[in-house]
Amino acid sequence: MKRLLTSLLKPFKATTGMGRWLLIIGLVIVAFFVVLALFAEWIAPYGFSQVDTKVNGRRVRFPKLSAPSAEHLFGVNDQFYDILSRCIYGARTAILVVLLSVLLSLVIGVVLGLVSGYLGGWLDRVLVFVMDAMYAFPSLLLAIVFSFLLSGLLGGSGIVSAAMSLTVIYIPQYYRVVRNQTVSVREATYVEAARAIGASSPTIMSRYLFGNVIQSVPVVGTLNAADAISTLAALGFLGLGIQPGDAAEWGYDLSRALDDAASGIWWTGVFPGLSIVLLVTGLTLIGEGLNETVNPTLRKRKFAKIVMPKLEPVEGSTK
Amino acid sequence: MGSLPRYVLQRILLVIPMMFILLTMVFILLRVAPGDPISAAVGDKLDPAALEAKKTAAGLNRPLIVQYLEYMGNTITGNFGQTITDNRPVLEIVRDNGGATLTLTLGAFLIALLVGIPLGRIAARRRDTAADGVIRIFGIVSYATPIFFIGLLMQLYVARPLGLPTSSMANAKTTALLQSDPITHVLPIDALITGQWAAFGDIAVHHILPCFTLGLMICGVFIRMTRVNLLQTLQSDYVEAARARGIHERRVISKHAFRNALVPVVTIIGLQIAMMMGGAVLTESTFNWPGLGTQLMKYIQARDYIGVQGIITFFALIVAAVSVVVDIVNALIDPRVRYE
Repeated sequence: MKRLLTSLLKPFKATTGMGRWLLIIGLVIVAFFVVLALFAEWIAPYGFSQVDTKVNGRRVRFPKLSAPSAEHLFGVNDQFYDILSRCIYGARTAILVVLLSVLLSLVIGVVLGLVSGYLGGWLDRVLVFVMDAMYAFPSLLLAIVFSFLLSGLLGGSGIVSAAMSLTVIYIPQYYRVVRNQTVSVREATYVEAARAIGASSPTIMSRYLFGNVIQSVPVVGTLNAADAISTLAALGFLGLGIQPGDAAEWGYDLSRALDDAASGIWWTGVFPGLSIVLLVTGLTLIGEGLNETVNPTLRKRKFAKIVMPKLEPVEGSTK
Repeated sequence: MGSLPRYVLQRILLVIPMMFILLTMVFILLRVAPGDPISAAVGDKLDPAALEAKKTAAGLNRPLIVQYLEYMGNTITGNFGQTITDNRPVLEIVRDNGGATLTLTLGAFLIALLVGIPLGRIAARRRDTAADGVIRIFGIVSYATPIFFIGLLMQLYVARPLGLPTSSMANAKTTALLQSDPITHVLPIDALITGQWAAFGDIAVHHILPCFTLGLMICGVFIRMTRVNLLQTLQSDYVEAARARGIHERRVISKHAFRNALVPVVTIIGLQIAMMMGGAVLTESTFNWPGLGTQLMKYIQARDYIGVQGIITFFALIVAAVSVVVDIVNALIDPRVRYE
C-alpha cells in the first residue's frame, strides 16, 4: 500500500516551474468543488429539488425564472428550482459519477492491460483489437448507446447507470497504457529473475509489474475525469442522463436553459455552464501539470549560459 | 509493388478486422441485449398477437446467429435496415441528413485549423511567456467548455446583438426551394449548382454560429498538439544544428521545425474526426441542426433500435474509413511510416 502511494505521488513531487503552477491551481479548483460536494447540505441555501419555501406557515413557490436576487443569488429556473442550490448539488452528482466511473474503468483497464500484456497469446491479440476498435469509436456516441441500453435494462436513469455508461468509454485508455508498458518490461531482467526463482504469474504481475506499469495512470485518470465531467453533462444535455428529481445535474439544467436564451434570460444557463467549465478546467490543469513532468520529451532542458571569451585584438596585426 | 501501394493495401486489410469488431459490437449492444426492437418501439400500441406477428415478419424470432449473419451481410452490401417507427430506410436518412452534418463539421474543422495551428505555433515559439500562458489557458478553457455551453453563450451574446439565426440550417423558404428538386441533397452545394445566391447566402449565415461553436471545441486540441509537437521538434538535434549555423530563430521555426512538427498533428486530426462526431451530435441538438445527430436522438427518444443501429453503423463505417485515410495521408507526408 505504501509502495503504491509513493509511486502514485512521485509525479507530484517531480513537478517544476509552470507545470507546478498548473497543478496547484488545478488542485485548488478541484478541492473547492470537493468541498461543495461533501457539504452541499450545509452550503446550499435550498434543496436541489425544492420548489417552494414556507413563509408565515404557507408554502410559497419560488418565483419562476426570476433574476438573481438576495434570496436567490443565481436566480430561479423554469422548473422553480433555485439555481445556486442546483449548482452546488450538481458538484456532488458530478464528482460521485466521475469517481465511480474513473475508478471502475481504471480497475478493469489496468487488470486487463496487465494480464493481456504479460500473458500475450490470442487473448492479448483479441483484446488489443477490441480495445482499439472501442477507442477509435467516438466516445460520446458510445456513451449515448450505452445509456440508451442501460435505461432500457435498468429502467432508471440514475447515478449508477450514468457512471456505468461512462466507465465503458475509458477502459481502453488504461488498457492501452498499461498493456504497452507491461509488454516493454515483461522481458526485463528483474522479471526474468522473479520467474527463475519460481514466482507464479499472478505474483509477478501483482508484486513485480504492477508498480512499474502504473506510472502514467494518474495522468490518464485526471484527464479522463475531466472528460467524464463533460460527457456526463453532455448525456444530461441530450436528456439521457440523470433526471432532475433524482439529483441535480448541470447538463440537464443547461438543456432547459436553451429555451430561455432566445428571450435573453442568461442566469439559468450561465451558472451551471460555468460550474462545468471550472471543474473540467481544474481537472485538466492537474492532468496537464502532471503530463509536463511525467513526459520526458516535454521536460525543458536547462542549459548553462555560455560565455564566449572576449577577443582581444592581437598585437601587431594589420587590422 | 512499391512501398506506398503495399502500405495502403496493408492498411485496408487491417481495417477489416476493426470493422468486423465494430459491427459485432453494435450488433451485440443493440440486439442481444434483453428486450427486442419491436416491443421497445411500438410495444405499448399493439396487442400481444399483433406484436408477435410483427416480430416474426421482421425476422426477430429467428436464431441470433442467423440475424447476426444477415446484419453483417446487409451492412457490407450497403443495406442499413429500415426504421421501425416510421419505416424509413436508414440510407435515406443518411442521404437526406448527412449533408447537413458534413457541411457543419467541415466548416468547424476549417475554423479550428485556421485558429488553432497559428496559436499553437505562437505559444511554442514564446514558451513560458505571458503569450504562451494566455494561449494555453485559452486552449484549456475552450477544451473544457462543453460545446452546448459555447452554443448557449453564442446564442445569448453573439446571436442576439448581431441578429444571427440560432436554429436550423436555412430558413423555411430556402429549405422548401432547395428540397423540392434536390440534386446532391447537400443544401449549399445544391444552391451553388443552381446559382441561387440568395439561398446560398441564407445557408451560409445559418452556418456561422454552429460552425464556430463546434470549431472552438476542437481548436483547443489543435493548439495543444501544435504547441507540444513544435516544442518537441525544437529540441531535436537538427534544429539545434540549424541554430548553431546562426540561422535566425524565426527562420528555424518556419523552415526547419514547423513542417515536421505538423506530421503528428495529422494523426491527431484523424482522431479529432471521431471526437467531432460526438461534438456534432451536441451542436446539432443545440442549434436544431437537421443533421444525423438530430436523427439519432430522435430515434433514441422513440426507442427505435433499428434506427439507432443503422445510424451508429454508419458512424462506425465513417470512423473506419477515416482511420485508413489518415494512415495513407501520414504515409504520403512521412515516408518513414511506410517502412515500419
